[in-house]
Amino acid sequence: MLKQRTFRRGGIHPPDKKHLTSQQPITVCPDPEELIIPFSQHLGAPASPIVSKGDIVQPGQRIAESSGFISAHIHTPLGGEVKEIRRVFLPAGFAVDAAVITVDADAVFEPQETPAEFLKNLSGEELLSRIQEAGVVGMGGAAFPAHVKFKIPKGKQAEYLVINAVECEPYLNADNRIMLEHTEGLLEGIGFIQRMTGAPKVIIGIESNKPEAIEQMGKTIGSMGLEFSLQPLKVKYPQGDEKQLIDAILQREVPSGGLPIDVGAVVTNIGSAYAVFEALRFSKPLFERVVTVSGEAVNKPANIRAKVGTTFRQMIDLAGGFSEEPYKIVAGGPMMGFTVFDLDTPVMKGTSGILALTRAQVQEGVRTACISCGRCVRGCPMGLQPTRLYHLIDRGHYEEAKEAYLLDCKECGCCSYSCPAKIHLVQGMRLGKRMLRNMSS
Amino acid sequence: MVANVLYAFLSITLLGLLLGIGLAVASKKLAVKKDERIIIVEEALPGANCGACGYAGCAAYAEAIVNDGAPVDLCPPGGAETAERVASIMGITVDVSSIKEVAKVHCWGNDETRTHDFTYEGIEDCNAAYIYFQGADTCKYGCLALGSCIRVCPVDAITKDSDGRIQVDKHICISCEKCIAVCPTKVMKMIPFDADYYVACNSLDKGALVRKYCSVGCIGCKICEKKFPDGGFVIENNLSYTQYENTYTEREGAAEKCPPKCIRSIP
Repeated sequence: MLKQRTFRRGGIHPPDKKHLTSQQPITVCPDPEELIIPFSQHLGAPASPIVSKGDIVQPGQRIAESSGFISAHIHTPLGGEVKEIRRVFLPAGFAVDAAVITVDADAVFEPQETPAEFLKNLSGEELLSRIQEAGVVGMGGAAFPAHVKFKIPKGKQAEYLVINAVECEPYLNADNRIMLEHTEGLLEGIGFIQRMTGAPKVIIGIESNKPEAIEQMGKTIGSMGLEFSLQPLKVKYPQGDEKQLIDAILQREVPSGGLPIDVGAVVTNIGSAYAVFEALRFSKPLFERVVTVSGEAVNKPANIRAKVGTTFRQMIDLAGGFSEEPYKIVAGGPMMGFTVFDLDTPVMKGTSGILALTRAQVQEGVRTACISCGRCVRGCPMGLQPTRLYHLIDRGHYEEAKEAYLLDCKECGCCSYSCPAKIHLVQGMRLGKRMLRNMSS
Repeated sequence: MVANVLYAFLSITLLGLLLGIGLAVASKKLAVKKDERIIIVEEALPGANCGACGYAGCAAYAEAIVNDGAPVDLCPPGGAETAERVASIMGITVDVSSIKEVAKVHCWGNDETRTHDFTYEGIEDCNAAYIYFQGADTCKYGCLALGSCIRVCPVDAITKDSDGRIQVDKHICISCEKCIAVCPTKVMKMIPFDADYYVACNSLDKGALVRKYCSVGCIGCKICEKKFPDGGFVIENNLSYTQYENTYTEREGAAEKCPPKCIRSIP
């Protein structure tokens, strides 16, 4: 086996808690009676709705259209009647419009298979427009529209397509299970992405805490006769961030404010590759995903394939309900996920996990003064000085914080995790960015 | 011995004399011509450097008045008095009939009157709290009472009272509007200095919803507008707004009949 690698700067080792769901096969969530489908499930401009109250929609129908360069279409997974358009809070903390659909149980989505032979003759451009039609976005959490990411800008060349199979967030196993259960489809999807980006080489990075996935992927790559290489990685958070992954695999540093393509790489994750496969081979718009429902406060942690618009309440019921009263419900992973306050929050394209954490799991502590120990600086994978940034923001010196590279912070949480004084460092960074946005608008 | 002391004394004196002459010559030769009016105007300004005029501080504003002909009535802390004084320095006339305005929190909610969606444990700052679902209160229009305005106020006019409400002392307020700019829910608004009543609510939600989450929120019932035509209240988007252009006779009656008692008198 290849030597294990990891990124060079910063990083932390939180307990990974993967064992709760790593052996749980993907189960399918029964169709809910009502769907709540937000019109903004991706990074960029919210989609503009093309249905209104009282409309009858068919399964897989587009209900909102991409409204800008960085934006994506939204489809309904099930048919039924649009009951209302209402404003809902997303886990990210802001409110957007959402379609509430009363589901008609008789209407089901019929996938239409496109033969692999036919797709072979399509150009990269045509594949891109097909995934754009299907509303595919990055499934790792940030939900960046895939057709934008895979379109290589003029004058740039992608040398490597890096497949992110790291899933570095504790608890989550959605990508792990896709690798084990849908290996062939997934690899076919990676092949499509390789053609869209034109990258000559494909490297799949997997952390060593997923030995079964490494074995399974290796075997299937061999049996399918593909030329993808597999790179095992040492476990370290946040290796699943594209900048850290590129550093770990290629030893290249993405410049401040730049994109992976600036160092010749395109990074995408397992869930997205599988969504690309489904969109191209089965003309299936992105309207469902695998979600890990886990945490110490649920009875039966599980990996569930759920339709977009299913509520967290239903997902937790499927996982056997609460074993005790949760202290926090988190959408996504525990490091970068968002705490939600409403169980009627819907599953979206970017929802990789739903975690119910007990009081004991949520680190409580009294905030004390900064003792300048420097642990946040050592932990920061971007080489920033979180403590200095925090103090600048605390005093309202937002411009100075910007000069100290505040905008390179991606809120991975390493600083807050390391801080013995329990200072809300990440929230401070988010506050700083918010104030800078306010100042420029 | 005496010669040594004398020598040191004389050499230092001579050196001092030479340097002094040098400085005197330099100050004449290298003098930067500055319009004297700038200095006089700057002295006439309050010197709070609050930036409410839109310039970097009092000195920058004074320079803009003299060199660029900037309007002389841009200084809210100075008010009419300062505007008139600066106008007389510049030899122009200025209309100072505009009324002084002060900041006021348009919300009477606190922990006893309103409900929360969740418990907030983050940074004690309104903008920081606003990142998460626009604050922990069910009402998304109200005062978060975490004191961002208190910290930006250059004259310490804003305090939090024992009931957890943010209060602006109108006698100290210099109308710089820094609190207005920092407030994420825009519940801090300017009202005339001598306003008698105001509507202490900022919620645009429908009455039925407001009733569920706050006992002192405006429910848009229109009693103030319909029953007290000379009260100067107008309902728009489920919220009552106070008119300040004229004097009104039925303010007190409207305040008494307001069901949630959100029309409040200003002492």
